[in-house]
Amino acid sequence: MSKSAILSSSIAKKWWMSLTGLFLCLFLVGHLLGNLQIIFFSGDEGQRVFNEYAYFMTHNPLIKLLSYLTYFSILFHAVDGIILTFQNKRARPIKYAYSKPQKNSSTPSRYMAILGSAILIFIIMHMSNFWGVMHFDKNMPLHTKNLVRPDSSYQKLYLTTNGTFLPVEQVEINNKTELIDKELNLKIGEGYKDLHSLTVSFFGHNKTNKGFPPNKYAYLAVILYVFSMAVLSFHLWHGFNSAFQTLGISHEKYNSALSLFGKIFSVLVPLAFASIPITIFLTK
Amino acid sequence: MKLKLKVWRQKNRKEKGKLETYSLDNVSEHMSFLEMMDVLNEQLINDGVEPVAFDHDCREGICGMCSMYINGQPHGPDRGVTTCQLHMRKFNDGDTIYIEPFRAKGFPIVKDLVVDRGAFDRIQRAGGFISVNTSGNTQDANLTPVPKKDADKAFDAATCIGCGACVASCKNASAMLFVSAKVSQYSLLPQGKVEAKRRVLNMVEQMDKEGFGNCTNTGACHVECPKEISLENIARMNREFLKASITSEK
Repeated sequence: MSKSAILSSSIAKKWWMSLTGLFLCLFLVGHLLGNLQIIFFSGDEGQRVFNEYAYFMTHNPLIKLLSYLTYFSILFHAVDGIILTFQNKRARPIKYAYSKPQKNSSTPSRYMAILGSAILIFIIMHMSNFWGVMHFDKNMPLHTKNLVRPDSSYQKLYLTTNGTFLPVEQVEINNKTELIDKELNLKIGEGYKDLHSLTVSFFGHNKTNKGFPPNKYAYLAVILYVFSMAVLSFHLWHGFNSAFQTLGISHEKYNSALSLFGKIFSVLVPLAFASIPITIFLTK
Repeated sequence: MKLKLKVWRQKNRKEKGKLETYSLDNVSEHMSFLEMMDVLNEQLINDGVEPVAFDHDCREGICGMCSMYINGQPHGPDRGVTTCQLHMRKFNDGDTIYIEPFRAKGFPIVKDLVVDRGAFDRIQRAGGFISVNTSGNTQDANLTPVPKKDADKAFDAATCIGCGACVASCKNASAMLFVSAKVSQYSLLPQGKVEAKRRVLNMVEQMDKEGFGNCTNTGACHVECPKEISLENIARMNREFLKASITSEK
């Protein structure tokens, strides 16, 4: 095995770009399918399904492994991309006085670094809005349900991971999610973090918010999200097929089909992502 | 036709260069671009100005010597031609034409529009050959059968004249199209298989040493290539390089 070729050659740096990029494309599909649940299920059912899904995603060991691989891929893709960009800038120390790059290459292909940087900024914002709150915010509320009594007063209940409901007054919360019996001082269940309500109140009109302050800037969040998805679309438009070319996967028999698939993927996936905050904004 | 030319003038490798403006009258539309440059130089000599240095040799599109970045494109606005094959009818009366050298760290400027493309020779020397017996008992060329399709593809790759338009057009000044064409022209043929691994590893190593950028698959090289070398060659080289770097003993 040739060590220098695999670790430091120009082509190897591009393989790592391709491999991490294609892995992140797979991640996008998984992330999208999971998140679409938020608009395909409505009401209490929607809240339960999504919070159960969020619990599964944060507790399953295999998913945890995949998530570490995803964080690594994002960082590696970004760092490798920065290194490549600086090397590429250095390869032409004096710029042309007059150049017509639009005559020979597509616009997204020439702006991959800028598009990628914009996506990185989006990822940081996106993770601090949801992932960060979900993982680190001590006040992240748990999944609650209002039980209407015959005298039309309400009783607030926590949903537990074994499917039962516990009255809010009876328990206190320990370690963010553990439901502790106040009298016996014993753990009697585990609650679901209410990621559903966090998301809905972030993008929506605050009708169903449970324990979240209303987001005055929901429209801004939606606009930024949709813009970021447009950026992602341009990045994928070039990146998806470019990854295959870099890995040497090119054959006249399959190239046109692969190229078509890449174009559809790069439009459809960001579009489907963008539909989520738009739907929440318009309906919730 | 009347033209305004903005030509890059640079005394030598070290001194700073700049664009100088010259006016040229009575340019025939039937002239090639290089003939127009000859007329410009004659005018400059008559005016007591040092003529513009530019590369040229065969003037029939096969040697790869003529370079020049003309109006924002290597070899000018025409497709699939070198500068010597570019005719002045592609321009209009009264046009301003920018003429710059090919710019890349791997192609240092020698003077004016002349750049040193020795990097390509060094890459070629690193592995762009096959070792055969030439001492009189050479094998008959038809003794080793080659499928027609492979022979055609190898020939297409071999039409690369090493002019450097790929590097000049690439936003990263990457030499991948040139190197991949040179790798492909051998790797597709049985005679080239013997040294295939060593060839691709050494040529890519030399390419990186010369300071060319990384390929980002913009495809500009293929569009600007006077011989229209296919991007398929780059994919083939990526494949060969992967195979060689995993299985080679070095």
